Order: sequence, then structure tokens, then C-alpha cells
Amino acid sequence: MDINLLKRRSEYEWEIPQQGAMRVPAVIYADESLMRDMDHKVYEQAVNVAMLPGIVKASYAMPDAHWGYGFPIGGVAAFDPEQGGVVSAGGVGFDISCGVRCLHTGLARADVMPVQKALAEALYYRIPAGVGSTGAIRLNEGEMDAMLAGGARWAVERGWGEAADLERIEEHGRMTGAKPGNVSQHAKKRQRDEMGTLGSGNHYLEVQEVTAVYETAIAGQFGLKQGDIVVMIHCGSRGLGHQIGTEYLKRMAIAASQYGIALPDRELACAPIRSPVGEEYLGAMRAAINCALANRQILTHLVRKVFAELLPQARLPLLYDVSHNTCKVEEHRTDVANSGGVRRLYVHRKGATRAFGPGHPDVPEPLRAAGQPVLIGGSMGTGSYVLAGTAASESLAFSSACHGAGRAMSRHEALRRWKGRKVVDDLAARDILIRSPSMRGIAEEAPEAYKDVSAVVDAADAAGLAKKVARLEPLVCIKG
Amino acid sequence: MGARWEHFEHGADVGVRGFGASKAEAFEQAALALTAVIAEPATVEAREAVAIECEAPDDELLLAEWLNALIYEMATRKMLFSRFEVRMDGTRLSAEAHGEPVDVARHHPAVEAKGATYTALRVAREGGEWVAQTVVDV
Repeated sequence: MDINLLKRRSEYEWEIPQQGAMRVPAVIYADESLMRDMDHKVYEQAVNVAMLPGIVKASYAMPDAHWGYGFPIGGVAAFDPEQGGVVSAGGVGFDISCGVRCLHTGLARADVMPVQKALAEALYYRIPAGVGSTGAIRLNEGEMDAMLAGGARWAVERGWGEAADLERIEEHGRMTGAKPGNVSQHAKKRQRDEMGTLGSGNHYLEVQEVTAVYETAIAGQFGLKQGDIVVMIHCGSRGLGHQIGTEYLKRMAIAASQYGIALPDRELACAPIRSPVGEEYLGAMRAAINCALANRQILTHLVRKVFAELLPQARLPLLYDVSHNTCKVEEHRTDVANSGGVRRLYVHRKGATRAFGPGHPDVPEPLRAAGQPVLIGGSMGTGSYVLAGTAASESLAFSSACHGAGRAMSRHEALRRWKGRKVVDDLAARDILIRSPSMRGIAEEAPEAYKDVSAVVDAADAAGLAKKVARLEPLVCIKG
Repeated sequence: MGARWEHFEHGADVGVRGFGASKAEAFEQAALALTAVIAEPATVEAREAVAIECEAPDDELLLAEWLNALIYEMATRKMLFSRFEVRMDGTRLSAEAHGEPVDVARHHPAVEAKGATYTALRVAREGGEWVAQTVVDV
């Protein structure tokens, strides 16, 4: 991106001033190097989002922003229903409620390394992953609707997990306002045998070691210390969410003109929050959020069974579960003078993580003083991070932070450069065991195909969006 | 020239583009490009046929609809397709997709397609041939 096109508000904050049809400015958080490397499409897409009705304050992009669909990936935008605000299927993405969950194990590296290979094999055997894989759970129509209404709470009630897990999941494990009846039969059919599956592409399950702690006090409140072993799961709402995204993208593309919304790009398809299409989408999207929460809960149960067999001394309580493709109703203080202080806004985060600061009532009580855990996945050979929400983040970007590294090159280019076998062998030489049904998939996900997650996290930290707490490095990675 | 397909670059995902003498042929080629996102089309045998029908208000939405119908059939039938016969009648499309069940050992499928987006979505006649393209979310 040509940084001369932007006004630099501070070292880590760049503004695209309001112009033309923009209703608000656009703001990108990044350091200069990330800005220069950032795709110009992020500029265009952040500007386009700023044109949508009812947008509040600014159209934001996080340090890992890249070219998405209508909205940039790494985009955050809040809409006010009182001001004709909209909800957008493209602003949430196809993989509704894709997110990251982190489990403690109470183990140290020395406990895991003697069984590392057996652990990798057992996780790979137990966790359905990759194209065409199916889970062991089949839901009839009634159970499907119960899952879509109940989320992780439904899963725990059915025996997949523990009640204590629920307090460590956003929305206490169950998104309210879900309308299973708004989810099409096609979407339900696509999910029929995909419960408890990991998916493919950039989704993974990793056993990781805490290799650095930057904020000892917060890490302590999160229950993390140097040398701890944790499990991280990255996946979403599977076929059901993808189908809902697909269907409502089309409906909104057609409906937008009926509602008199001029779209700068058809991919920005949206509908007024207070419209039949908008309300139907919100009900279906919330059901997909529950599907993702239930799915990660079932995967958690499968992981615990593997650990119980190989490392029976381990207990795997949940640190936190946070989604990064959502639209959520939140109360935010805004600068608008006549708003009466707090406004209820529909905050879209597409490839961006909610990051509530210390004291926020939606952060579970044991973590509240520290701020909400923000879980950032890296590539399979590098690192992941745990951050904590800050008080400043609310005024910066409606309490939001980055979500991952972002790709540095296309899948095609990665395939041209690397062979899957070689990637597996090179990582094994570094004591990182990869298991995947697809060598081509591994080549496309090679660590060097991703940007440096550390630079993204450092920029988020320096900008004040979230505070860097700990770095995690993989020992075992199951790839779809 | 003639019927062919290619991929084009998109930051995180993959663009699929089909060319053909007719719009229907360009749609068939775009479908082949979609298969190639997941696996090598030459490894997929055309053993079973699945009938697909869809409709959309314009050519571009119809392309997205067609690719999304294939994604749905691949996902629910756990199949891959390597040969397509598309017939178009105004805003309606009917087709047969020929393929076989996913065989991980033989197909080495790299990634699922989640959905066809409207990004870089274009159906047009250029220099005497049709081009049909969009970006697929993987």
C-alpha cells in the first residue's frame, strides 16, 4: 500500500480521511513495514465498508488485514440500527464463528516428548480432518435444532465436555437469539456428518509449548507459565456455516437494491438490521455460531480422550474460546455527543478477534481483572500468541485485535515452492510433528507461506489493541 | 485458445477462471478450475453423474450459484467432479457433473472449498470467447 495515501495519526494508526461517499473515515492499525506490505485492496475495501449505511466512527482494519470479500479480512465495523445500520453476510465471512480455543494440560515438555509420536498418531487417528472426512456423530432433525440453539452448552449436556468449560467460552457457550428455523435444509444437510470434524485449509489442532512470557502477572491469571504445554484448536462452523454464508450473500445481494442501498461492490451485500432479511440472517448466523461452539466442544472432548489414554495425569481445563468471524450486539461508548453515552451496536469482526479489556462484565470472572484472552494462531512451523484485551481497545476499534498471521503468498505459489514431504521432514528435524491426510495441503500451508505472526502481534500490542502475554510454539500439529 | 481454465491470484484464497467458445463452455471450465483448487482433475474419474439445476437473476450471480451448487454436491456427497455438461437457458442452468467419491489416497485433496464469492466475479465475452471467473473461499 502506498502510505502517502494515508494520514498518519500516530506511529501505529493510519487514517484514510472521509471522502466521496464515505460516511466515516477508515483507520488501519499497523507499523510502517506492515503498512507498506499490505495489499492495496485493503485500502479499497476499508473505504467501501465506510460507505455502508449506519456505520459508526470508522471502518477499521487490523495489522494482519488482507484482501477479503467486500470487507477486508482483519476488518472491524460497527453499525447502529437507530441510524439505518446494516448487517452483512460478507462482513462475517463464510466460515461463521471460525475461532480459536486453548486448553491447559498441566504438563511440561518433559512429560510430552517421550510420547510425542504416539500423541501425534493418536490425535490424527481420533480427530477427523481433511476433505471428505466425517465425524462419528449423526444428528437427527430435532437434535440438529437443539445443537443450533444450544451451542457448546448442548454439547456438554450430551456428555462432550464439562460444565466448567462453558464459563470459558464467549456467550457462556451458547449464543442467544439463534433461530434454527432460519437455517436451510441444505445447510443442515451439509452439516449432517461434519460434527466434530476439524476441516481443512488453515484449520488445525496443535499441542504447543509456552516458550516466552511477556506479562507474568496476566499470564499467571490466565494460568500460563513458561514451559507449559497447551492444546490449541482452530476451526469454525463447518459446512453449515459455509452454506448459510453462501445463501445469505445471494439474498442480500438481491435485497440491497430493494432496500435502496447502493453497493460500491456486490460482495458488500447487506440488509438493514431492522429488515426481514437482516433479522433472518442474524438468527441463522447465531445458529452457526452455536454450531462452531458445539464443534470445538466436541473436538475438545476427543482431545481429552486421547490425553486420558496416553498421559492420564493430564487434566485439560479450558483457558478460553474466542471466535474471529462474527457479528455481535455489544454496548459501546462512542464519541458522538448526542448519543447519550452507551449505544447498542452490531459489531462485525471478519478475521478480527474481540478483545474486551479488564473489568468487562462479559469476561469470565477468574480472568476479568486481566482482560479477555485473545488467541492468535500462527502457521504450523512458527508460533501462536496469547494476548489480553486492553481498556484502550474500546476507543481504538470497539475492543478488537488481530486474528492471525495472514498469507504471504497464494496457495499456487506455495505449491510451486515446496513439497509437502520436505515440509514435514524439515519440521520433524525441529521436533515439530505434522500429521495430515494431504501432502499437497501441507505444502500449501508451509510456514513460509505465511507472514510473520510476531510482527502482527507486536503491532497490535504497540497500537494498544491488545497486550502481548505469551508465545506458544508447536510440538504436534494435526492439519486438515 | 479454446476451452481452458486457469487460477488467478487472490491474497488468501484462489481465483477460478474458465474460457470457452460459449458461455456454457466457460462455466464448465470454471467448474474444472474449482475442482483443481481441491485436487488434480486428471486423478478424478468420471464414474457417476449428478444432475444440477440452478437459477439467478444475471450471468454473474448464476456463475456463483453454479459453483456453489457444485460445492454443495461435493460436500454432501463427498465427491469430486472432473467432467461437466452445462446447458444454459437465459437465467436458468441445468447440468450434469461427472465424478467419483473422494479417495484421499489417490486424490490427495488439499483443501475444501467453502463457497464461491462475488469477488472479481465476472462473466463476459472477450475477443471472440467467453470468460467466467470468481474467487473461491477455501
